[in-house]
Amino acid sequence: MKKLINDPKDVVDESVEGFGLAHPDLVTVSPDPLFVARAGGATQGRVGIVSGGGSGHEPLHAGFVGYGMLSAAVPGPVFTSPTPDPIVAATVASDGGAGVLHIVKNYTGDVLNFETAADLADAEGIRVVSVVVDDDVAVKDSLYTAGRRGVAGTVVVEKCAGAAAERGDDLDAVAAVATKVNQNTRTMGVALTAGIVPHAGEPSFVLPEDEIEIGIGIHGEPGRERITLEPADAIVDRMLGPILEDLPFTSGDKVLLFVNGMGGTPLVEQYIVFRHAARVLAEKGIEVTRTLVGNFVTSLEMQGVSITVTKLDDELTGLWDAPVQTAALRWGR
Amino acid sequence: MSLGLPWVTAWIDDTVNVVADNRIRLIALDREIGDGDHGENLDRGFQAVKAKFEALPEGSTPGSALKLVATTLISTVGGASGPLLGTAYLKGSQALGDATELDPEAIVAFLTAARDGVVMRGKAVVGDKTMIDAWSPAVDAAAAAAADGKTCSEVLAAAADAAAAGAVSTEPLVAHKGRASYLGDRAIGHRDPGAESSSLIIRAAADAAAATEK
Repeated sequence: MKKLINDPKDVVDESVEGFGLAHPDLVTVSPDPLFVARAGGATQGRVGIVSGGGSGHEPLHAGFVGYGMLSAAVPGPVFTSPTPDPIVAATVASDGGAGVLHIVKNYTGDVLNFETAADLADAEGIRVVSVVVDDDVAVKDSLYTAGRRGVAGTVVVEKCAGAAAERGDDLDAVAAVATKVNQNTRTMGVALTAGIVPHAGEPSFVLPEDEIEIGIGIHGEPGRERITLEPADAIVDRMLGPILEDLPFTSGDKVLLFVNGMGGTPLVEQYIVFRHAARVLAEKGIEVTRTLVGNFVTSLEMQGVSITVTKLDDELTGLWDAPVQTAALRWGR
Repeated sequence: MSLGLPWVTAWIDDTVNVVADNRIRLIALDREIGDGDHGENLDRGFQAVKAKFEALPEGSTPGSALKLVATTLISTVGGASGPLLGTAYLKGSQALGDATELDPEAIVAFLTAARDGVVMRGKAVVGDKTMIDAWSPAVDAAAAAAADGKTCSEVLAAAADAAAAGAVSTEPLVAHKGRASYLGDRAIGHRDPGAESSSLIIRAAADAAAATEK
């Protein structure tokens, strides 16, 4: 394992400290308990939005703190959800008197810790509403699993909910936007290699040289099948098929097409994936009206991509287009 | 024959050591069907508990000391195991009340409340390939041993044996909760790391009881 780290135990603290130093115009970092909040503090009268989860998925979530998106982000240890204490502290720091929305990815640890934090914040007199993101079509939502995971679609949920909060929607309305985006978003991922967790020093799963894992979550956990490596277009077909069937998306739909790199796949390959995905959608009469390509929800240096499709109406299109000023997303301002 | 605060402090000492000794093994088990952080998270949590126990407040009871374990684990472990194990200690500590000396019935009440707390929070049942597969048989074995008139340390030894067997019993199972549930049939053949760590913790309770029972 080669990594640019000092001590594995210090990876998250030092990285977040560096993030704060790199973006002093956007964020302030609270070192203990660890969270990243908007520079200048909560906006009075506006709904606060807090998200978080394990580290190792950068720029998610601290990269989305700023105008038009998150009020605060709570990074846990690598691939481990944060504990309730920093979530409560971030929630308190984000409350501008209009309550706080928690955006939580559907992973057991994230859900349990955010649930506990919401109870504690409530006891401090802050109204908290939680929306759980579960956009991953690779996992069957049934009694026999922990349910669909929250993956790259989280970015779309955070962007649109952030825009709703910025325009002054009340807490229930912001939560309704987040829920609507989640209901209209589907994602599927593929891994070519595993990431390496710093404290483990070994790949977090074993994938033979000529095999790929279809339907991964954002830590590389599998969802569907392991197959022999194929050309990019064939892999895209395997990912898009289940996405389009699931909602279902139909001819005439307007969509956001989002190709997300998992950390170890260069943009040259991400655009090859985007090219074929856009073609497939066009053939089906689905109009791609908004696009996003790049590394937004990563899994350390894992090679792979995910494809996210969000059905857009006029409201969601407007919220997506609204100005945003964060380290990882910035337009219109 | 009873157990008091020395049992709790010895249990925590043993747990800190056994978790540190098994850190790599638990990480390896978790890498197979999860994401490879279980040993790291537990070690971080129990090291924090160790620091808290070095300055245990005067007049601590078994219940208050175990409540301190609960809040420390919840605020340091993270992931799913922090809230789950923390809730086990929290509910268990509440079942002990202010008692300073614990009889076998109190030990059973502690284990039962701990198990019920995990079920309440994680909503798993026996056979889901989770820590409940260790906790539940442990509670049953402890209750049976207490009903047979066994001592506290014998009750906990029975619980530890059952928890160890329970952890082994997760190997052929498909997981229905937590991250391993995404693997489907591919979880078969791997031991659940949460059941294994729970088994280690309950074994530490039995070892500490054998050393401190009076």
